[in-house]
Amino acid sequence: MKGHLDTATGLVLTALTRPRDLLDLRPIQWDELLCRARNTRLLGRLGAELDALGLLDRLPRKAVDQIRAELTVTAENARMVRWEVNRISRALREVGVPIILLKGAAYVLAELPPATGRLSSDVDIMVPKETLAQVEAALIRDGYEAVKLDSYDQRYYRTWMHELPPLCHRERRTVVDVHHTILPESGRLRPDPRALTEAARPLTDGLRILSPPDLVLHSAAHLFQDGDLDGGLRDLVDLDLLLRHFGADPAFWEGLVPRAVELSLARPLYYALRYCQGLLGTPIPVVVQQAARVAEPIAPVRSAMDALTCRAVTPDGWEGPSLRTGWARFLLYVRSHWLRMPPWLLTRHLVRKAMARAFPPT
Amino acid sequence: MNVRDLSPSELRDQLERGAFRLRIGPFVAQVRTGLASVVRSLGFFYGDYPLEPFEPFEPFEPFEPFEDDSGIADFHLRLAPPPGLRRYYRPQVLFFQDGRSQFQPYPQGLAPPLFEWGLNWCISKQAHQYLIVHSAVVERGGRALLLPAHPGSGKSTLTAGLVHRGFRLLSDEHALIRPEDGRIVPVPRPIALKNESIAVIQKLGPELVFGPTFHDTQKGDVAHLRVFEDSVKRSEETAAPGWVVFPKFIKGGSHRLEPVAKAAAMMELVDNSINYSVLGSVGYRALARLVDESMCLSLDYEDLSEALDELKHLPERAL
Repeated sequence: MKGHLDTATGLVLTALTRPRDLLDLRPIQWDELLCRARNTRLLGRLGAELDALGLLDRLPRKAVDQIRAELTVTAENARMVRWEVNRISRALREVGVPIILLKGAAYVLAELPPATGRLSSDVDIMVPKETLAQVEAALIRDGYEAVKLDSYDQRYYRTWMHELPPLCHRERRTVVDVHHTILPESGRLRPDPRALTEAARPLTDGLRILSPPDLVLHSAAHLFQDGDLDGGLRDLVDLDLLLRHFGADPAFWEGLVPRAVELSLARPLYYALRYCQGLLGTPIPVVVQQAARVAEPIAPVRSAMDALTCRAVTPDGWEGPSLRTGWARFLLYVRSHWLRMPPWLLTRHLVRKAMARAFPPT
Repeated sequence: MNVRDLSPSELRDQLERGAFRLRIGPFVAQVRTGLASVVRSLGFFYGDYPLEPFEPFEPFEPFEPFEDDSGIADFHLRLAPPPGLRRYYRPQVLFFQDGRSQFQPYPQGLAPPLFEWGLNWCISKQAHQYLIVHSAVVERGGRALLLPAHPGSGKSTLTAGLVHRGFRLLSDEHALIRPEDGRIVPVPRPIALKNESIAVIQKLGPELVFGPTFHDTQKGDVAHLRVFEDSVKRSEETAAPGWVVFPKFIKGGSHRLEPVAKAAAMMELVDNSINYSVLGSVGYRALARLVDESMCLSLDYEDLSEALDELKHLPERAL
């Protein structure tokens, strides 16, 4: 699998998996590494790791400057996430619905390993679908407003997506995504949100997070079912850290694949385990690897995904994405749309988007 | 080696290859561009600035422990036209950092000031190892005079005037405050003058060297003033806090230089700070220390030379 990687990506992977080796890096390699790590939003993660190992003082000063600057930003980001969650739960108190925190907000509030050095651009929550209207109204009363979208996009979100159009707070300019499930409703895979909610664990203040296997499965579904993998290395690192953290408990491994099958997320889990292990050396018990093969795609699909994934997650350097990386991301983008909606809807959607681009609103 | 030591063709070649690495105070900016106007502008404004060596990334060479930090750039910048037919029809320019386009396209004629604006933006967005205040900084006798201000207050005009009267320029745009020791770190760059102030400063004397005036930018007319060689050479000399002066240009108003209460000065500085909230408690302590150790004043002025006379004599007044 690593045959698909270029040397600069190898450098980033080395940094993530064997940070001690960075002591031997030459400045020009640091230059390359810092730029690529920043582009894939992993500089904070890397910095936190180096800091924890007590290695920061032994690095070139310029690398330390950039790392400390990034750690300052990620610390502020975590503060922002905590405060925003506090505001959201206050705003929704009267609605009285269970709020499940997703992704970055879940990692930060539950103090899970991926939270350190991580940047979240927004706060994601999940609520039961039948309460969406109440939740949206309560948030709007509290000062959130809809991000400007045209009526087609508004309708598209509300009919086909797994979340409301993003809401942005008038003063704080922070964005909250209100989900009612974890994958688009128009898509091929439709995990039952009630099953996710029932298994969720209480946190504090009426907040909850997904159960350990569901946290992994959501992250896997998001990465391999719903995007073009630009910046996907960061998501893969999240997965790696979750698997290492929860994997300390054998019961987690026993339940993972059956849960994936139950939620119809076995394919994304297969990919997540494959690329976590292949690229980041995540330790995965052999029995789990074998069990995950229930969702293994046929060999040609597998090797195509290997090639595309390895290229698409390549962190961009200062010269921008290479042609191959650009192509891989484009093909995966097409794939994600293919998975996201049935052909008739896809056609309609693309025609509509092409028209909007050709004749922009004045 | 300084930028001046490159022949025009070497300069063009290095910029085209992206092998051009400019040291500006604590920062190293790698620049790549094929645009002749930017090449000329960099040669004109940055002649006295040192260049960092650049060796291309050779992955197959064995690892060697580093000796110093040369070879690491803070910002990887590129100015290039967008692809497609706009190359010919009303050409545009894009600003890239780390290989990604960061703003909407600008008219290509504004490429030289776009480099300056873009670099300002990069510093504001990334250099959180410092507390950054949107402020001009000049120095006299080892002490810094900060002029924090919102656009339109005449900050750059005063800065240019003070530099002309012998103050050393630390920055026209960013006061970089080092949280570890509270000292102010120079990042000397061309001073951007706007509209009427261009002619006012040009009249001060021929030793002030201006680049071309760019008309019809978002900020009106803009012209940059070249930094004196002495300020560039002393880019590594940090300064202790001295004075914080909040300037306000008031047409037809009376001239006043008055003390400002420390608490009010603190709030005003928070308002002008770029990353105060990002730094959290570190930012609070750094700013409180700056206010503690500085004389804080407000300056209402209309006549530039009167204002400059008064500011010039600040160093003689007790702190």
